[in-house]
Amino acid sequence: MHPAYSVIFFTTASGAGYGALSLLGINALFGHLPTDRWLGFAAMAVALGLITGGLLSSTFHLGHPERAWRAVSQWRSSWLSREGLLSLITFVPAGLFGIGWVFFGQTSGVWAWFGGAAAVLALLTVYSTGMIYVSLKPIPNWNNRWVTPIYLVFSLATGATWLYALLRLFGLNPYPLAVFAAIFGALAWAAKLGYWRFIDGAPATSTTATATGLGNDHAGEEGRVRLLEAPHLEENYLQREMGFQVARKHGSKLRRIALVSGGIALLLLLGSGASDGVIGLLAAVVAAGLTGVAVLVERWLFFAEAKHAVTLYYGAERI
Amino acid sequence: MTSLPQNATGTKLGLVIDLDICVGCHACAVSCKEWNAGGHSAPLTDDKPYDKDPLSVWFNRIHSFEVGVGQESRTVHFPRSCLHCEEPACVTVCPTGASYKREEDGIVLVNADTCIGCKLCSWACPYGAREYDHADGVMKKCTLCIDRIHNENLEEVDRVPACVSTCPAGARHFGDLGDENSDVSRLVAERAGYALMPEMDYKPVNRYLPPRPRSSRQTPATDYEPATTGGGDAPASAGFLAWVDQMLSR
Repeated sequence: MHPAYSVIFFTTASGAGYGALSLLGINALFGHLPTDRWLGFAAMAVALGLITGGLLSSTFHLGHPERAWRAVSQWRSSWLSREGLLSLITFVPAGLFGIGWVFFGQTSGVWAWFGGAAAVLALLTVYSTGMIYVSLKPIPNWNNRWVTPIYLVFSLATGATWLYALLRLFGLNPYPLAVFAAIFGALAWAAKLGYWRFIDGAPATSTTATATGLGNDHAGEEGRVRLLEAPHLEENYLQREMGFQVARKHGSKLRRIALVSGGIALLLLLGSGASDGVIGLLAAVVAAGLTGVAVLVERWLFFAEAKHAVTLYYGAERI
Repeated sequence: MTSLPQNATGTKLGLVIDLDICVGCHACAVSCKEWNAGGHSAPLTDDKPYDKDPLSVWFNRIHSFEVGVGQESRTVHFPRSCLHCEEPACVTVCPTGASYKREEDGIVLVNADTCIGCKLCSWACPYGAREYDHADGVMKKCTLCIDRIHNENLEEVDRVPACVSTCPAGARHFGDLGDENSDVSRLVAERAGYALMPEMDYKPVNRYLPPRPRSSRQTPATDYEPATTGGGDAPASAGFLAWVDQMLSR
């Protein structure tokens, strides 16, 4: 699949924003949230800024962004519609929660319940994002059980990492948050490793033989079907959008880059909590940056490595 | 509404494509392009048609495959267009309701006035039936020539999709695959017509008729002996006459 930057940025930024928002909401429910208004302003600005920026960027790839409002109408059948609707509804409790924190300096009582509602809706939105990909049968790399949990864990891990860096900038050192971020980060990368192993070893869902009904996959060379002549010499929309190919060696190199930078970020997170000073702060900020790079690479690969069934008509032998 | 129709009439208009007959001439693709460039989903934009990296919208594409290897291999021309599935995920994933399946005849269409151009439907289609029109910013697809088949201004004989009326080999058939007594349904039953990628569970309506088993050739072409000279009545065993001999001996 063509890795469109707008969608990669959207899923990464919004994912982190929703993760941060849900952590803020949950901590408000348990009474762990500081009432400092400026901190509240910064935290809500980062969370909602990432969410809104991501959502806006996702409209850039639309042919008719001015009609985007129509996308909330088909929630009965479409995960994309559900995601759109949930993302909009989330703004209501999230906004009220932010108002309580920033304008009234309150994060408990009814304001905490707004936070809790925002947390649930934020996670549901990320769940729907994952389900958009899961619902696409022609892309076996996406149509499996790994995808949605990974979206959720990455959302919480990146949200926690970036939130921790922000709190450090405010001179706070909530070490449990760093530990939470590290644990969820470790979970996320472990799940991603499992996902990569799964997609590398998965049996073919479809082949040129099933796509054309010609030949026979079980008859060896004699049953082999191969493309002799494509319908057109230049790439069409289908090939540009769905036929993106990443060389296997680049793929494995990028996987290592994602894993190593994500892994270093985990160590930095754990180490940063030990120092309340500038070194700890720097470590937290670098961890946030490295996490961003790692997740962007991981997200790019999620698209670039995904093979679509239509490629079977253009020379691919199996997906 | 992108939920699938609940009160479908049972009519399933679709195509039956005979892979045994198709000669790969691309006439159906060209005719489709010609009709639809002025039809329901017009225009089918050609971006930079005479330049580097042209990009055009077509509803029908003809692939050629080679099946098997060596002397037993054969070339099969394979027209590919929308299959008007019974369970089309391209419809259910649409967030706006622009993509829909008609209750009365099962045709899958796009409403160009409400499509936001998110392209998700094209991702959901394993058959590559949908092509995005960058100039219009909306998705386009085969309409089964909805503006021909129900058009009472046309002679009845012309009320078939452009690809069907054009095919010089008679490899394309149009009809109601929901009616088991229709000509197309009988053809499918007789020739063991099949659906593409049944594992996707989209339940395509269109059917493909497999190439017939080839007539067995006892003597491979390379074993022909060179023509004998001066042998008046000796059967010609090479070249054009050998071919005539082989064809007449079938």
